[in-house]
Amino acid sequence: MAKATMAAATGPLDGQVAGSALVSIKPMEPASRLAIRARPDAIASLSKVLGVKLPQAPKTSAQSTAAKSRQRVALWLGPDEWLVIDDGNADLMGICAKAKGLYSAVDVSHRNTSVLVSGKGAEATISAGCPQNLSLDVFPVGACARTLLGKTEVVLYRVEEDVFRVECWRSFSTYVFAFLAEAGQSPMI
Amino acid sequence: MLLIHCPYCNEERPELEFRHAGEAHIARPTNITAISDEEFTQFFFLRDNPKGIAFERWRHMHGCGRFFNAVRDTVTDKFVTTYEAGQPRPDLPAGGENEKGAGK
Ligand SMILES: [Zn+2]
Repeated sequence: MAKATMAAATGPLDGQVAGSALVSIKPMEPASRLAIRARPDAIASLSKVLGVKLPQAPKTSAQSTAAKSRQRVALWLGPDEWLVIDDGNADLMGICAKAKGLYSAVDVSHRNTSVLVSGKGAEATISAGCPQNLSLDVFPVGACARTLLGKTEVVLYRVEEDVFRVECWRSFSTYVFAFLAEAGQSPMI
Repeated sequence: MLLIHCPYCNEERPELEFRHAGEAHIARPTNITAISDEEFTQFFFLRDNPKGIAFERWRHMHGCGRFFNAVRDTVTDKFVTTYEAGQPRPDLPAGGENEKGAGK
């Protein structure tokens, strides 16, 4: 392929910052993402090529441990559905092409954007608009779920005790960010 | 908030994540081209709308995305049980069952 001058990816929330003494709310760097639907017979093969084991238990995620895919995580969304995110912007579609079995992989890198909510008030900030129980014993570190934040659908992933990744659709992101910014002004902890 | 047990997430989740999706256990006739207009009307348009126990399809729309079936009391809005799509009607605990509402 001829060498093309690539335009740098820009995020819809670039440059925005929000938060308070208890919580930091900031847009994350662009990442590559894959929406995967797979039959049981394709799961092992997909896990192998992606370098991350597609989790089979509801609400769980798996982080890659391999050196070249360390920034990759697979989130369980449904019984045959996963969201794979690679913060290293790896070519996930190219990687998946080597997998065997019946599956569909859709590149949703630019459909989604994410906001990182961290700090002591992170859980309370998200709880202002999320109906799920986010307490640590019910939504532990590594837990993930497609759910709601205010009026929008989001995918929530608890990276650490006080760190949440909020994945939302790009067109919803200004709403999501404004919602979190307002909730983060005085988190109820 | 009403909590609904999703049989795929295997957990109770807030009702906001769910959508109602009509009556459950309605089988599409296999001889669809042969049936009369009246029979088609019965299959396609007419629903039981019972007062009491109803078998319904629900979807965990803003969750795992799956359709499943639920038994709900339309008077109290209590969910009796939920089960995966494709499963037969479950046996309900005695009492409170309204045969007329149990559909065809
Ligand atoms: Zn579910």
